[in-house]
Amino acid sequence: MTVIGKGEESGAVLEVEDLSVAFPTEDGLVRAVRGVGYRLDRGDSLGIVGESGSGKSVTALAVMGLLPATARVRGSVRFEGTELLGLPDARLSELRGSGIAMIFQDPMTSLNPVYSVGYQIAETLRRHNPGLKSRAARARAVDLLGTVGIPSPERRVDNYPHELSGGMRQRVVIAIAMANDPDVIIADEPTTALDVTVQAQILDALETARAETGAALVLITHDLGVVAGHSDRVAVMYAGRIVETGSVEDIFYTPRMPYTLGLLGSLPRMDREEERLTPITGSPPSLLNLPPGCPFAPRCPLRREACDTTEPALRKAGHDLHLSACHFADELVDTGAAEVFDAVGADSEALARFADTTTPPPHSTTAEEDSA
Amino acid sequence: MSAPAQAAALPPLPGHGGTGEPVLQVRDLVKHFPVMSRGVVRRRIGEVHAVCGVSFDLFRNETLGLVGESGSGKTTTARTILGLESATSGQVRYRGTELTELSRRRMRPLRRELQIVFQDPYASLDPRITVHEIVAEPLRIHGRYDAGGKDEVRELLRLVGLNPEHGNRYAHEFSGGQRQRIGIARALALHPKVIVLDEPVSALDVSIQAGVLNLLMDLQSELGLSFLFVAHDLSVMRHVAGRVAVMYLGRLVEIAPARHLFTAPAHPYTQALVSAIPLPDPRKERARTRILVQGDIPSPVRPPSGCRFRTRCPKFANQLTESERQTCVDEVPALIDRGGGNPVACHYAESVELL
Repeated sequence: MTVIGKGEESGAVLEVEDLSVAFPTEDGLVRAVRGVGYRLDRGDSLGIVGESGSGKSVTALAVMGLLPATARVRGSVRFEGTELLGLPDARLSELRGSGIAMIFQDPMTSLNPVYSVGYQIAETLRRHNPGLKSRAARARAVDLLGTVGIPSPERRVDNYPHELSGGMRQRVVIAIAMANDPDVIIADEPTTALDVTVQAQILDALETARAETGAALVLITHDLGVVAGHSDRVAVMYAGRIVETGSVEDIFYTPRMPYTLGLLGSLPRMDREEERLTPITGSPPSLLNLPPGCPFAPRCPLRREACDTTEPALRKAGHDLHLSACHFADELVDTGAAEVFDAVGADSEALARFADTTTPPPHSTTAEEDSA
Repeated sequence: MSAPAQAAALPPLPGHGGTGEPVLQVRDLVKHFPVMSRGVVRRRIGEVHAVCGVSFDLFRNETLGLVGESGSGKTTTARTILGLESATSGQVRYRGTELTELSRRRMRPLRRELQIVFQDPYASLDPRITVHEIVAEPLRIHGRYDAGGKDEVRELLRLVGLNPEHGNRYAHEFSGGQRQRIGIARALALHPKVIVLDEPVSALDVSIQAGVLNLLMDLQSELGLSFLFVAHDLSVMRHVAGRVAVMYLGRLVEIAPARHLFTAPAHPYTQALVSAIPLPDPRKERARTRILVQGDIPSPVRPPSGCRFRTRCPKFANQLTESERQTCVDEVPALIDRGGGNPVACHYAESVELL
């Protein structure tokens, strides 16, 4: 299946170690990813969550070798034992699609508008099986479209991307991703551009693709709900690093990093009676000139002196596979978000003053004034 | 001015819930957009049925949520209510005054009381003037800046959680969440009574979103404001709204107190929507069964006859007999209480416990 030789000694399909990505800009070096590592075994499902700018997408692009040439990538990415960083593009191309497949956020830009979807699926198939007859490729394309839940696939196979809805397009992208039976599927915000009812359909199709190919899944998303239902392990990213990782139960029920705790406390929940949210104040740091110390410290209510001087490493918190990058992770045992974060809203004094000026309505009727 | 088109408040809609004084009353609101042909002579070849017969009341000191997916007409409804789009037909009454008949000039004094916060905090703030000027603009337009307007603006910035010292900065110097706060300060400047919030937090990351939601909820409860909160995110809705109206392809399909709507939705579309939202709780999430709907939202140029949801409805597809289906095809289901306690626009409405 894969062209590149296998090194099966570790059993991992994908190992990312100490991956760093920096982009030189006019203002200086933007350090988008700073030492990310994870390991994916066959059939694993890893969710990577983080807010905009946390480096989750750049990590994926670096793994696929899709970053622009100006990006400085360091570290190690091994697919079935083969180091991918530094591999020439021609050899990486052999791997893309058949070894590691990627699903992007926006299906309109990841499909080619001038070819029919059937052609694009067949293209992927024949890229890795040059001997495949075009009729067989087409039949397989129809098959694949059916698998991802496109109705009347034998008709849809000749459609162009613009003739399909957003949800249908994303199904086509999933069909292309699973076409060559990859070992790893990386899905980068696969449902962000879609409505919720369509999102549910697409996640279903993604599960089908996983079951059919037996591929390991890396699901990158900002939606904690999606991760809760579709991942076994979770890595939380902040300012270019993984700040907490563990099983999905560890992350959702016993978080040991204040950022994770804050994220969960910020989420309005559909299944709960109204309670006050606990936002994280401030905003993520610029990755241009990151000050020393923990990047979350400026927003962290637990901040102490140590936080400003040394950046905490990912360390064991709780059990062996639950890691947290916080000096004071132990203090978060059995702690809820409301105990750490303030439920800040409007400035209460200003609000009281504003309410005073409102109560006797300054313009009680609309009749007497028309200054315009 | 003489009383413009003064009419009494309308009787509240039966069974829609909500108490107190109705501030904003919407009846049979319709908004169609023309679809023009291409070419030199552009003829009208069809209509986009964006909003079709929407009726609801917004009460004093209430947050009414208007939820739906893209293309459901929720934003058009909000904009038509404020006169930012002209209504094709229907009534919009603000405390007894019919808004759809008002001229722009007569509408102007009312604009102080009816404000809007837009979705995109990047596009809705003028990049060329300072934040102080952005918030001061409504005061100036309504001739109220000279009397202590400067302090008022500082106070407004403080109120929404911004540093008043930063008034001389420009919008691009602020983060998304801060910009949305600026938009809120601008909407508050004239002490409005009704604020339409059009997807106010959907562009923000969750940790930032929570702060803006808290701010909005504080403002609403302390100032007795009425919010029409338009959003697609049901989790946000449950958190902020007292009552929630669900829209699908231009029509309201269900309206109910938030608690009822989420725990026991009666319309198949609401059920599908609630069941599609992933819960950030792994054990609960894995134990849930999904109600999947088929396909995508149909084109609003040629909406399906009868019930507009029938083409995707799991109930229509799997549970109804042939003659029952015919009713869905022939008759538009009215938004009325069908025994469950809340108005539902489904011939075969049945509450289902989902959470």
